[in-house]
Amino acid sequence: MLEINQLEKSFGDTQVLTSIDLSVKPGELVFVIGPSGSGKSTMLRCCNRLEEPTSGSILLDGEHVTACHGAALDKMRLKIGMVFQGFHLYPHKSVLANVMLAQVKALKRSKEEAKARAMEMLDHVGLAHKADAMPSELSGGQQQRVAIARALALDPKVMLFDEPTSALDPELVGSVLKVMKQLRDEGMTMVVVSHEMDFAREAADRVVFMDGGVVVEAGTPEEIFGSPKSERLRAFLSRLHPSAS
Amino acid sequence: MRFLDTFFDGAVMAKYLPDLLSAIVTTLWLSVIIVLGGLALGLVLACLRTLGRWYLTLPIVAFADIGRALPPLVVILIFYFGLPGLGLNLSGPMVLILVLGGVLAAFAEEIFWAGLTAVAKGQWEAGRATGLSFAQTLFEIALPQAIRMGIPPLVNRALAITKMTALGSVIGVKEILAVSSSAQSFSGSATPLTMAALAYLAIFLPVVILSRLLERRYAWAV
Ligand SMILES: Nc1ncnc2c1ncn2[C@@H]1O[C@H](COP(=O)(O)OP(=O)(O)OP(=O)(O)O)[C@@H](O)[C@H]1O
Ligand SMILES: [Mg+2]
Repeated sequence: MLEINQLEKSFGDTQVLTSIDLSVKPGELVFVIGPSGSGKSTMLRCCNRLEEPTSGSILLDGEHVTACHGAALDKMRLKIGMVFQGFHLYPHKSVLANVMLAQVKALKRSKEEAKARAMEMLDHVGLAHKADAMPSELSGGQQQRVAIARALALDPKVMLFDEPTSALDPELVGSVLKVMKQLRDEGMTMVVVSHEMDFAREAADRVVFMDGGVVVEAGTPEEIFGSPKSERLRAFLSRLHPSAS
Repeated sequence: MRFLDTFFDGAVMAKYLPDLLSAIVTTLWLSVIIVLGGLALGLVLACLRTLGRWYLTLPIVAFADIGRALPPLVVILIFYFGLPGLGLNLSGPMVLILVLGGVLAAFAEEIFWAGLTAVAKGQWEAGRATGLSFAQTLFEIALPQAIRMGIPPLVNRALAITKMTALGSVIGVKEILAVSSSAQSFSGSATPLTMAALAYLAIFLPVVILSRLLERRYAWAV
């Protein structure tokens, strides 16, 4: 479904990603963990070309994401949903208009069709009753669920989540994770960067550990959390749960 | 009673009212053209600047800086008295529109640009990530936010510029100040100037009040 081959990324002289290989199967939830600055966000952002890879290739369903430009890239991005740590809802548009905008402008759906789809997606994340609200009237958790609905409304093939719950108050995290779990159960292909290890244990098919711009270790949640092989991963996990080790 | 005779002489008022009314019309249409033209040009320039091409940015920044630095009166005089030397004869109203519209455009470009740079980077990323083109993201997401941020300074600038239509009095444009000051020298009464002040108030006070409503309408918590 999503294939990352030998991805490299440098900002000027600093190499941030080194020979990243990652293949995500349809319906799979791949969870990415790693210390701050390890390049997790950069890898996700290369997948939809918010960052331009220095070299390597990224394929979605066999199509080269890395080879398209201009309008073709815009089309490709429609197939790759992205959810940001900071939500990034459009503050001047209502919740409904947020979810409709790209449907109408980029997918060229009719207003009626876009509205119906938006309402369906808002209902899916439990926020149909907030359709006419402005983003500023919503809690962080609600805003993030709207952002998820906004991405889903475009019928993406894969969803990328970059620390979707990191900016939320602890009591609001659960509502967003619940929506993500539900998505997974419906068979959405997902790549999730997050520090919610409990969620990883419960929902991830595979966990990828990155450090210093390379994939150090990958495996099932049991393998990664239960019997970490590399020293770096063990050190990372013990810093998360000092009591457990 | 001397106060009333000086500033509110009924006979003088009646005599010059028709002239003043047509001057008000002149000031109004000049203002409308200057504001609409200036804001539109400023908006276009700010949008072109987002393309980040040096051959666009350089002249735009030069235009904005020069337009904001020069006293409008100097430019008005140069255009009106200097350009005919080059065989280019512009009417008084035309000079006023070009110069004041241009100055407003220079300020407006900077205000729109400041708004655009203040729009969070995440807004652009959210737009592009959902498949919107650069232009769609600019027009649907960034610009509406930039414009709303710019409303208070834009209104202030537009008001300041329209009041400068009074500079038309030095190049023979029959706007409010020109007509009332010539009436003042003919009649020897300050009453026409009072009428001018009242006329300016009648035009601009509603605009100021409207702008307050507009600001409230577009204020939103971030
Ligand atoms: N635009 C940029 N210009 C220069 N360096 C950058 C840029 N973006 C990221 N970096 C650097 O790349 C490295 C990886 O950053 P990245 O944001 O991908 O890490 P991360 O794993 O997502 O970290 P975090 O958990 O803090 O979000 C960091 O050292 C960062 O300073
Ligand atoms: Mg990050």
